[in-house]
Amino acid sequence: MKLNFLTGHELIESLRSKKADSGQIVADLKKRFDEVEPKVKAFARPPDFKDAANFESQGCVLGGLPVALKDNICSDGDLTECSSRVLGGFIAPYDATVVKKLKENGAVILGKTNMDEFAFGSSCETSCFYPTRNPWNLDCVPGGSSGGSAASVAADESIWALGSDTGGSIRQPASLCGVVGMKPTYGRVSRYGLIAFASSLDQIGPLTKDVRDNALLLNAIAGYDDRDATSVNIPVPDYLRSLEKDIKGMRIGIPKEYFIKGMDPEVEQAIREAISKLKSLGAEFKEVSLPHTEYAVAVYYIIATAEASSNLARFDGVQYGLRVHEKAKEAGPELVSMYKETRGKGFGAEAKRRIILGTYVLSSGYYDAYYSRALKVRTLIKEDFDKVFRECDLILTPTSPTPAFKIGERTDDPLSMYLSDIYTISVNLAGLPALSLPCGLTKNGLPIGLQVLGKPFGEEDIYCLAYHYEQNTQWHKMKPKL
Amino acid sequence: MAISREEVRYIANLARIGLTEEEVAHFQGQLEGILEYIDQLKKVDISKTNATAHVLDLKNVYRPDVVRPSLSSEKILKGAPSREGNFFKVPKVIE
Repeated sequence: MKLNFLTGHELIESLRSKKADSGQIVADLKKRFDEVEPKVKAFARPPDFKDAANFESQGCVLGGLPVALKDNICSDGDLTECSSRVLGGFIAPYDATVVKKLKENGAVILGKTNMDEFAFGSSCETSCFYPTRNPWNLDCVPGGSSGGSAASVAADESIWALGSDTGGSIRQPASLCGVVGMKPTYGRVSRYGLIAFASSLDQIGPLTKDVRDNALLLNAIAGYDDRDATSVNIPVPDYLRSLEKDIKGMRIGIPKEYFIKGMDPEVEQAIREAISKLKSLGAEFKEVSLPHTEYAVAVYYIIATAEASSNLARFDGVQYGLRVHEKAKEAGPELVSMYKETRGKGFGAEAKRRIILGTYVLSSGYYDAYYSRALKVRTLIKEDFDKVFRECDLILTPTSPTPAFKIGERTDDPLSMYLSDIYTISVNLAGLPALSLPCGLTKNGLPIGLQVLGKPFGEEDIYCLAYHYEQNTQWHKMKPKL
Repeated sequence: MAISREEVRYIANLARIGLTEEEVAHFQGQLEGILEYIDQLKKVDISKTNATAHVLDLKNVYRPDVVRPSLSSEKILKGAPSREGNFFKVPKVIE
């Protein structure tokens, strides 16, 4: 079997026992890239396989294996463009903390994966390069915004990858591509070097072929960082050890508000079957209520766009990336017309839409009606979870209401695109950890994802449940035909 | 809540984004739809609720004010669209 099809932990074992050598791993990855990348378009630009081949596999936790990074994670000396024209040509001058940690653990960087521009999207279609395609059906989206990372793992073009998740951007593409994606607790992983979208919601996390790989990669990147004032200084447990814990008696809540009209019947069926499976393994279920669920999308699109409009003010044609200044002098200072031209040409439609919406909800006269109100409803959403977690260890939901949709189907209907994150968004608003793992295939052969939500810093319980489910099912072994 | 084309232009100017007339028209309709959706928040009773700007129980985070190595100005200026010496160069600010 070609080595690129194996998981990270399998490869580390093969390297240890000398059944595989690192050169062969990279050669197989390159061959796979040449074969399927023209169809999938998972990467923002071709990886440098020469760099990846120069790795030392001995004695390090990650075995010297290459990791693919979403195009919004800075790695020293590499193009990092957030799939946006406005950052065209930007070479990161330093390593993000997660990259530094990966390198310290013996990983190398495989390259940067395609994404929705600035992570604004749920389909990878807002990339300035090209849309990434779903390896299970090339006419469908891979989800987003970490769609390139998810597709590269699903297509076995990478062993594993990092993404970022602001409203579901790791979990939703993991679900649509049939891989495992974890958004850790807010504060668990340093955001230093992640190009910011919404700073109170963003987290970096792993996308992998199975749960064990996910725990292994989170072990490497988690922890306090004094360069991110919102990273939390509490010890990082060994997530691999949590896999072996018993799930008997684990109390799991099923929120009644999540099983609603609009959920695809095949998705609902798969989730119900997953619940039966977990019951048979000894987990205990009860129905719970998260009454403010229906407001989550509205709250999110106020808070996330408000924060984005502020974060993206830095892309002004001065410090990096694109500058456009062609027009004859308009009224007002030349500097202002340069800003407007640069940002008008540099940002795509969705980025403009979000910056304008975010500016609107923060503007004088609307601040109280929108932004301030959203922050208060955010409190209510968080309190719903606090209440449920007094009597439950975990919550189980679908990751996405539907399987992968067709490319182009929702591009001109922003609201329907926003609603594809309906099950993932509350988690970011409440700062909780959550993981998506494969739990079925539709009749048409598209993956379905199961979402497991935990208490703040409850990643161990999540991994434990996910691992037991995975070990007793075969979904994670299914591969797309490419 | 309705949003007019004039408002879209006004907000785009605040955000320093140049829009074409087609974009103004297009965004106006879409933003109206989004704002209408967002308006459902008006139904929620928030009279006794405090705001959550941030989920963590963190207050002011301090660190000692000590000098540590940082990136060289050369490395930072390398990405600049326009520079002169050790400065970012920008179009004229004052008329």
